[in-house]
Amino acid sequence: MGFLDIQNVTKSYGAVEVLHRVDIDVQEGEFLVLVGPSGCGKSTLLNMIAGLEGITSGDISIKGRVINGVHPSKRNIAMVFQSYALYPNMTVGQNMTFGLEMHGVPKPERNAALKDVAKLLQIENLLDRKPGQLSGGQRQRVAMGRALVRNPDVFLFDEPLSNLDAKLRVDMRTEIKKLHEKLKTTIVYVTHDQIEAMTLSTRIAVMYQGFVQQLGTPKEIYDTPANVYVATFMGSPAMNVLPSRVVMHDGTSYAQIKDANGADLLLKFSQANMAQWAGKEILLGIRPESITDPDGADRNSGNIVSLRNRIGVTEPAGADTFVTMELCGKDIIARMRADANVGAGQEFDFAINMDKAVVFDPKTEERIAP
Amino acid sequence: MSAITQDTAIRTGRVTRMLIYVTLLVFTLFYLLPLFVMVVNSLKPLSEITGGNMMSLPKTWTIEPWRQAWSSAQIGVEPTGLKPYFINSILMVVPAVAISTVLGALNGYVLTKWSFRGDKIIFGLLLLSCFIPFQIVLIPMATVLGKLGLAGSIPGLILVHVVYGIGFSTLYYRNYYASFPTELVRAAMIDGAGFFRIFWRIMLPISGPITVVCIIWQFTNIWNDFLFGASFGGQIQPMTVALNNLVQSSTGVKEYNVHFAGAILAALPTLLVYIVAGRYFVRGLMAGSVKG
Repeated sequence: MGFLDIQNVTKSYGAVEVLHRVDIDVQEGEFLVLVGPSGCGKSTLLNMIAGLEGITSGDISIKGRVINGVHPSKRNIAMVFQSYALYPNMTVGQNMTFGLEMHGVPKPERNAALKDVAKLLQIENLLDRKPGQLSGGQRQRVAMGRALVRNPDVFLFDEPLSNLDAKLRVDMRTEIKKLHEKLKTTIVYVTHDQIEAMTLSTRIAVMYQGFVQQLGTPKEIYDTPANVYVATFMGSPAMNVLPSRVVMHDGTSYAQIKDANGADLLLKFSQANMAQWAGKEILLGIRPESITDPDGADRNSGNIVSLRNRIGVTEPAGADTFVTMELCGKDIIARMRADANVGAGQEFDFAINMDKAVVFDPKTEERIAP
Repeated sequence: MSAITQDTAIRTGRVTRMLIYVTLLVFTLFYLLPLFVMVVNSLKPLSEITGGNMMSLPKTWTIEPWRQAWSSAQIGVEPTGLKPYFINSILMVVPAVAISTVLGALNGYVLTKWSFRGDKIIFGLLLLSCFIPFQIVLIPMATVLGKLGLAGSIPGLILVHVVYGIGFSTLYYRNYYASFPTELVRAAMIDGAGFFRIFWRIMLPISGPITVVCIIWQFTNIWNDFLFGASFGGQIQPMTVALNNLVQSSTGVKEYNVHFAGAILAALPTLLVYIVAGRYFVRGLMAGSVKG
């Protein structure tokens, strides 16, 4: 039993079920990120934990206490909203202590808590200002401060960084991570940004169409995605998924694909259990960084397959150069070193790290290997 | 950028500009004319009005007409002046405005932040009340006031005006609160504030502009109301009814200077409200239409 326990929770609006039997155990001190496209039910789930939306069936408990019918203010949670939701008529200090005041905490204690948190977030000089006079990043800090002052059991973050500009978002991301490492608080964090999910979380729940598609550590999610949806949603650029077929030669299994000219190519599998799929169709998933120039190939890999193919488009991105080529009639993205010598239209030797390949069943789209 | 545009505008359109200002000035004077006539004539003895030009300044300045209008003019059968009726009006307007504004704010808060099944229908019905002509409800209202034992009393008039005012005040506050993020209320809920606490501590303090609009609107309407005052006031007549009785009296000499003074007295409170709160009025009406 976890610290925050979500058991068999569903949510319906009338006859429409928008969340289907969600089961998540969050341990104390864990940073759980709910990630998914808009409309996947992640915010609904967060609001249900907060008590802002009712639970249709199932149980949510914190520290072993079922909180289904408990008022939001009595769940000992704090929430940071996307719009920050700072009270515009109160100063920063009043904003941060409002919750304590409502809970009847005496003034000296309130001020002590305020002082600690303000120092932690380095907003001591802002305490007498009104939210309207703050910049986006400062508002974000105050919103977090308001949550921290309460010293709740669980912190809930609802897309807290999506109103910030790109650079500030990265800074605040690091800041939130630092804060979590320092305070070891339990956090449930909703975002649609898979990079935020990867960088911040100790565990990720990828949600889509009201289902938790996969729950696992960032590494598990990235390296062994449960299905094609998770594979293509996490990671940027997205994983390449190739329709392919398993063929056997001398007891070794290969993935058979077609290059830009329609010629057959064989990629040797590293995965052991592919023999049972011999002769069958599969979907072969290869991340862009596993398709490189030969010099950029992973030296620790035991199975680098060389593949000659025509380059479609090159996109120098500074740190890397992305190369598009055609395999099996689909555009495939490969990630080269920045100074790899590549040009459009040229035939090039790609190196594919088959250790990192992921194989899916084309019918169910579930992962079958590794 | 804006400086450049303005500069060019002045240079190219000096004649046009003059024309605009002259036209505006003419209109302003035209609009001020009635007020001028009222003020000027309320400060002269009656003989100057009956014997001469209404437009000219007084030869003998006197505040006697004002004193008379306030405390000794014949209203109906009593020579009381307008003073007791003025007090009646104040006693009616202040609570009526306050109650209808607070109820409107509460309605707006509930309709936007605590939405429930059928809230749109309720809002629609409240809106409808803005369009019901006063005359239609006179008889049912009289029946209700009679049954409540409030006929001919100030509380009765307050009730009538509150009932009529809620439609508009709800409309104002609902539209104002609709532009507030609901996350504010949710944050306050998580912080542990209840329904009324959120209302008093968070919603009301940021409702300044719309409250001014609402107060001006309600004050003007209730103060200027004649029909309900004449119908339900009984002995407790408001200022408007008394002014009518003063001006329309069919016996004796028409004391125009006193009438003018009385009319200004009757208009003074609304004028005052506009002057004090007017600058918030436009701001409040615009609120919500533009972001920020």
